[in-house]
Amino acid sequence: MEAIQINGLTKRYKDTVAVNGLSLCVHQGELFSLLGVNGAGKTTAIKMLACLTRPDGGDALLMGHSIITQPASVKALIGLSPQNTAVGPNLTVQENLALMCGIYGYDANKRAEKTEELVRTFHLESVLHKRAGKLSGGWQRRLSIAMALVGEPQVLFLDEPTLGLDVIARSELWDTIRTLKNKATIILTTHYMEEAEALSDRIGIMKAGRLIALGTAQALKEKAGADTFESAFIALVKEG
Amino acid sequence: MHVKAFAKRTLLEILRDPLLLVFGLGFPGALILLLTAIQSKVPAPIFALESITPGMTVFGLSFLTLFSATLVAKDRESTLLLRLYATPMRAQDFLLGYMLPMIPIALLQSAFCFLIGMLLGLKCSINMLWGLLFLLPIALFFIGLGLLFGSILTQKQVGGICGALLTNLTAWLSGVWIDLKLLGGAFEAVANALPFAHAATLEKMVFAGTFHGIVPHLLWVLCYTAAILVLATALFLRQMKRQ
Repeated sequence: MEAIQINGLTKRYKDTVAVNGLSLCVHQGELFSLLGVNGAGKTTAIKMLACLTRPDGGDALLMGHSIITQPASVKALIGLSPQNTAVGPNLTVQENLALMCGIYGYDANKRAEKTEELVRTFHLESVLHKRAGKLSGGWQRRLSIAMALVGEPQVLFLDEPTLGLDVIARSELWDTIRTLKNKATIILTTHYMEEAEALSDRIGIMKAGRLIALGTAQALKEKAGADTFESAFIALVKEG
Repeated sequence: MHVKAFAKRTLLEILRDPLLLVFGLGFPGALILLLTAIQSKVPAPIFALESITPGMTVFGLSFLTLFSATLVAKDRESTLLLRLYATPMRAQDFLLGYMLPMIPIALLQSAFCFLIGMLLGLKCSINMLWGLLFLLPIALFFIGLGLLFGSILTQKQVGGICGALLTNLTAWLSGVWIDLKLLGGAFEAVANALPFAHAATLEKMVFAGTFHGIVPHLLWVLCYTAAILVLATALFLRQMKRQ
């Protein structure tokens, strides 16, 4: 079974078609990046897959569950780290994780176990009792991703996880994302070409709501006849 | 379980906001002190402790609107709500999680006003407990307003509408500071058409132990509370869909 099977997914906003007949398969355990210029439809596609926006056409199956007819089942198996940092600013790091544990209905033992595991994975020990709103952007992003993992998702959506971070914070977050590979299927959107190339198993490029290219970073470079992935992206988007 | 976790988070977010201490507890308490000092120099029945204390508990509740609207607007802007919409939480979990923690805050705020009143010489009575009980529908009205405004306004707009406009409306149209009959005319008619004056009168009557005659005021408050809660729920669900 594919982790995600998208068939003709479409979303319109008045006269604009934000996503236009998107069809795509993402394999289990894969880290799949969705690239595109602003307004390409990446975030809308993610919102539909996360059951936040109802499609106007098509459907998608996440681990076999339809986003149209089984949104509750889909929500139980996904995790989402939105584009902007989504943490409780007046709560400590520990309390933010406890909030998510409570939302997934964990008992005290499971809560302690899950918190410990995520604190270890994301190296949050030094900031555990600090309020999230007082942390740097890098720490907030780490917490944000850790919160998305509390529900032990089979599919994890990371919407521009390193946006606005400095080089060091971004590099550290890449290491963390690498450790998540194979634990869950990851769908990543980003504007950073080097990020997509460094992390992804496969990459899909969207333009004006349509998928215009799909493959590994190397395959896309070959397809565009470019030396660098950034040149390949530019060439493919201009052609498409 | 979802409600409990989300409600705990709401309570922590609000209790850790210094605005709560300054406006929620400090301001109504300071006003009781100030108006009692004025009353000692220039006696006016409206500023008597038996009148100003229950009146100020109603005025103080208007800050609940500011707190809850600010939190909802902030959550929307920070995309925390977006994250939570992608979890198994249902719409009713969000609504209850925002509203339930505000009730103990309302009771605490009102009890604090009573305490200030008692320190200034107000006699302690069982009617204070009744006063707290009858404050609940009034508190729900203001909490519902917070949910309503938080669902449609930005944080900045909430500051202006709930922090300045609503608190002033509550202050002037509740008759806590001024005798509405004295002004009469359109001002009194508007004040009587809105729930603020009925809420203040209800609380003053309960506080004085004159329970006969509270029904029209209670019904007025209950109708507004029900209408606001229905509207707030509809607008919250609308923004949830739009997210």
